[in-house]
Formats: sequence, structure tokens, C-alpha cells
Amino acid sequence: MPVNSQAVGKTYEPTLYAVGREKIREYARAVGETNPVHLDVQAARAAGHADVVAPPMFAVVYSAPSVGPPIFDPEIELNFAMMVHGGQEFEWGPLVVAGDEITTVTSVKDISERDGRGYYVFESVSINQRGEQVCRGTWTNIVRGV
Amino acid sequence: MADLAVGAQIPEVRVTPDKYLTARYAGASGDFNPIHIDEDFAKAVGLPGRILHGLWTMAQVARAQTEAAGGPEHLKRLAVQFRGMGVPEQEVVVSGTVRESGEGKVIVDTVAEQSGKQIIRNAEAELEIA
Repeated sequence: MPVNSQAVGKTYEPTLYAVGREKIREYARAVGETNPVHLDVQAARAAGHADVVAPPMFAVVYSAPSVGPPIFDPEIELNFAMMVHGGQEFEWGPLVVAGDEITTVTSVKDISERDGRGYYVFESVSINQRGEQVCRGTWTNIVRGV
Repeated sequence: MADLAVGAQIPEVRVTPDKYLTARYAGASGDFNPIHIDEDFAKAVGLPGRILHGLWTMAQVARAQTEAAGGPEHLKRLAVQFRGMGVPEQEVVVSGTVRESGEGKVIVDTVAEQSGKQIIRNAEAELEIA
């Protein structure tokens, strides 16, 4: 069955994520960060930040509400049971700190087929409350046996 | 800051995810896919057992860069390919080599291995060094 690429270019409704200090600390501990700018508000302020700093990969947390729904969009016909996360790219702008409000918009960048595998590529663009682009993510999901 | 001249190795990150790491990371990240937290489910879908979240392993690759460069503000881009799967309770080793350096920009080629097998390969990081 060929992949259905009609949804390429489709863009989803923006999602808003309010970045919390304790969420950053919880995430930082789970990934083993030891840099105090991620864990201690005084250390973060002493280093010139407004509050604790999100590790760059915290992008997965604030963009999750945006990149989840496309995977389950019936128009895309993505077989989630056979999906593996094939590749990931992030490009970062200014740092995200606790108190920021991040708006993310996800779109379908590419749907293609090679060697019996479907490649579903989504792009998320995240902007902070000042309109600065803090992250662009490219999410490549591979579905076996299309 | 570590030596980031062309050909230099960045300091390795070595970390052994404990038995409950995938549960903590699921909570921290919001990714509760049962293949990461439910041993019976993982085996029922043909996996050896619970597997690590690829994005947790990518966070170790990111940490190797930010620790080498001296802070999170230096990491401007990271692209990875996931291969195979990582498992809890075995050491993950992240290593990298500086491929390019110039005009305040450094490119590091990185891999993450577990038991000698690459679980992240072809990782490319771009660091901005003032």
C-alpha cells in the first residue's frame, strides 16, 4: 500500500506551553544535568538568566503538545503500531527559562516511501512570548511495512 | 571549555540508566509509550524488554556538547539518527570528535554506544563559541 502524501504542507493549530521552574528541574534531573543554571534559581540569576534555564533538549517537553496530534491525524494514515523514531533535529535560538510561554506550530514537511518504509517528517516551530524563535524541530518517523 | 580544535575528542559522557530511569523520564517528558515503562507490554510486541526513550539518549548527546562548550547557550543545532535500541542498566557512552572549527562555529561528530553497539549514530552538533 503506497503512503498517502496528500497531507504534506498541512499545518496544525498552535499550542501554548507555560514553562515552569519545577518542570525544568524535574526534566534536568531525569537527563542527568548537573549544571546549576538548570537546577538552582540563584545560580541561574548569578549567571545572568531571569530564572532556571531549560536544557536545550527540554524542547521535547514544550513542543510535545504540538507534535503529538499530527501522528494520530486520520488524514495522514500513519500506522502508529509500526512506527519508530528514526531521526531528530533541533535548531535553537535564545535560551528558554522558567516563566516563558512557548507557542509551537507543527506542519507536515514530507511523507515518502523508500524500500517498503514510510517516512513521515514533521516540523515544529516554537516561539517565545517576545516572538523570538527558540527552536525548530524536525521529527522523522519511520513506519515499517507500508 | 574543552579543547575544540579540529580533531579533538570532546570529553566522554558515561551514564548508566538505572532500573527506574525510564519511568522518571516518562514523567519528566510526558512520553508514556508503554514500550518504555511496561516490561510485559514491551515483550508482547517483540522487544527484549523495556527500552530507553531515544530522546533521553539524545539528551545525553546534547549534554556531552553543552558540557564540552561550557553551557547550554553554546548548542545551536543537533541532528541525530536513532538506530537499534538502548536498554536500562547498561552503560551509555557518548563520544565525539571535532570535525570543523572556524569563525566562532564548531561542528562535532558524535555517537552514543551501549555494549559496543551504536544506538545514536551520525549525530552532528553545531556549537557557537564567542
